[in-house]
Amino acid sequence: MPFMPVKFNLQKRVKLAQGLWMLYWLSVIVGILIFSLGIFFKIELRKRSEMMDNNESHLVPNLLILVGVLACGVNAFGGKVCHDSLDPIKFAKWKPMLKPYMLLCCGFNVLLLLTALLCFLMQFAMYLTLAEGLKNGIKFYKDTDTPGRCFMKRTLDMTQIEFRCCGNNNFRDWFEVQWISNRYLDMSNDEVKDRLLSNVEGKYLMDSVPFSCCNPGSPRPCLQHHLTNNSAHYDYDHRTEELNIWTRGCREALFSYYSSMMNSIGALVIATIFLEVRVRPQPASANQHRAWATLSLKGTVQHLGKSSCFSL
Amino acid sequence: MAVGKVTFTKAEREKLAEVLWLLNWISVVTGAILFGLGLFLKIEIQKWQEVMSDQGILYVPHMLITTGLAACCINFLGGKICLDCADTNKFLRWKLVMMPYVVCTFFFTSCVLVGALMCYSIRSQLEESLFLGLRNAMRYYKDTDTPGRCYLKRTLDLLQIQFHCCGNTGYRDWFQVQWISNRYLDMTSSTVVDRLRSNVEGKYLMDGVPFSCCSTFSPRPCIQQQVSNSSAHFNYDQQSQQLNLWRRGCRQTLLDHYTGIMQSIGLTVLLIWLFELLVLTGVRYLQTAMENVLRLGDPESESDGWILENSLAETARSNFNIIKNLGKCYQIDDDPNINVPTATAEQEVPSQQVQIPVTSIASRLRSH
Repeated sequence: MPFMPVKFNLQKRVKLAQGLWMLYWLSVIVGILIFSLGIFFKIELRKRSEMMDNNESHLVPNLLILVGVLACGVNAFGGKVCHDSLDPIKFAKWKPMLKPYMLLCCGFNVLLLLTALLCFLMQFAMYLTLAEGLKNGIKFYKDTDTPGRCFMKRTLDMTQIEFRCCGNNNFRDWFEVQWISNRYLDMSNDEVKDRLLSNVEGKYLMDSVPFSCCNPGSPRPCLQHHLTNNSAHYDYDHRTEELNIWTRGCREALFSYYSSMMNSIGALVIATIFLEVRVRPQPASANQHRAWATLSLKGTVQHLGKSSCFSL
Repeated sequence: MAVGKVTFTKAEREKLAEVLWLLNWISVVTGAILFGLGLFLKIEIQKWQEVMSDQGILYVPHMLITTGLAACCINFLGGKICLDCADTNKFLRWKLVMMPYVVCTFFFTSCVLVGALMCYSIRSQLEESLFLGLRNAMRYYKDTDTPGRCYLKRTLDLLQIQFHCCGNTGYRDWFQVQWISNRYLDMTSSTVVDRLRSNVEGKYLMDGVPFSCCSTFSPRPCIQQQVSNSSAHFNYDQQSQQLNLWRRGCRQTLLDHYTGIMQSIGLTVLLIWLFELLVLTGVRYLQTAMENVLRLGDPESESDGWILENSLAETARSNFNIIKNLGKCYQIDDDPNINVPTATAEQEVPSQQVQIPVTSIASRLRSH
């Protein structure tokens, strides 16, 4: 007993086939889009992998690339079958493959669902990776002579300039870290010696930030040093001064950038799921319509297909 | 003696019309590309307009935008005309428009060429504009409270950060300018007062640079103050000095940036110009071929097409005469009532031989 039977004459069948063929090719384009978004996401992660301690998970972009390629393949095959379904001779050679194809499509839809879910859930992991990576980044800022960390300073400076942020949580993170290397400290100077001695771990700490924290939109030239000392600068109150340096932390800035990217990609994948479910028409012969009736998970069009459309 | 004379059969004419229709539609696309290039250039220039002293450079993108739009319209019309030209009957509709259309397209094509050449010739004007603009921007860097100059500091800082440059010619330009406003100088401090007094114009000059001159590639934290004094900082050797700040001047950097963009745009516009010239030549051949067909009266016959009916010199001369005679349009030189002596001297009857019988006329009048 077919589910939701509909009568089709030849003209309607042709129109249905054409419409479905268009939808299949639209799905191929969406598949290409997902593939390129996966590549874009992977490149963005690679660009800033130093900020994440080279520890970031590439699961989501790899999955997106895989899903994109699969979408192209599956939908191109579906389009070909749809195109051939109006011709009984050509269609005869596709008939045996249809059942496995249906199962493949089901599996593919489950994979899509999993990808969308991961897009939203991996953001938590991303947040933790960023926190850890930035903390280490700030710690190794001064080590421009250590192999493997030579470019940490440059990367962190460029990140702070590009994302308009300073430090991990905020600019005070720089006060807890020695970011000037000992090579550039005059150890014979009394002031320097005092400061080193006054610290338990022998670190040269000060209430200053690097130049990359400076806000170009500030009306006065940037004040980098002695930030908590009002008397060190003329007409300066550190409690009310907002424009001098960036107040936002880099973890928050980077996270909001990546999470918005992942949210948009996740939304696109969910939209693709809906599209895939709609476009599950399966050409069926009169013999097989009973078989399709049992696979009634898919949408309306599928059922239209089985009882009439291509049963020539 | 016609210039570029080619004979066309009917089939060839129809093929030419079809090909030209297609080429015209491609030209519409290239016109849109031209428009897009002009728009892109305009946006790029406007991004850093504050550091350019004169806006004359905006002629280039405006020219490209207008020619792009004109290209779309003219070639759209051309496509329509060429499609109709395949058939002699439909051509009659366009007969009167064709010549003005060809002349118009010729002028428009030369505008495209002018646009392309402008892209290459604007460099010296741009350099001058950038020199003055950057000099003023550095002078007004500190005036963040003056209306009209509030954002000059931010623009200049962002420019130096993005283009990795410092100052006009180099970082030393900042030593000659007071870039810290008096609002942020403690006038009660003796060091400040000394420095102000030691300068002739009362400016607070120092060998320091703004933070945006700092190089991100330097291995050590940025040294902004007392840049030229190597003993003021520990371990401040030659290499540290080289890597510390951006070495290039912003004028040279911006000049290179814009010259690069405009050279690529200029090349593309030149290619578009060559294409338009090709289309124009085709349309001219089609026009002359169709007109000759009408003149011969037989739509199936072969006809000649050319670029110019007579040689270049003759055409120039006849056009020049037309223009000359245009000025004389209000002079009456064909009026038959004016006695213009056109006859030769022998045919003239001397006035002494003509004796008008005045007395006979007078007597006749008296008798009535």
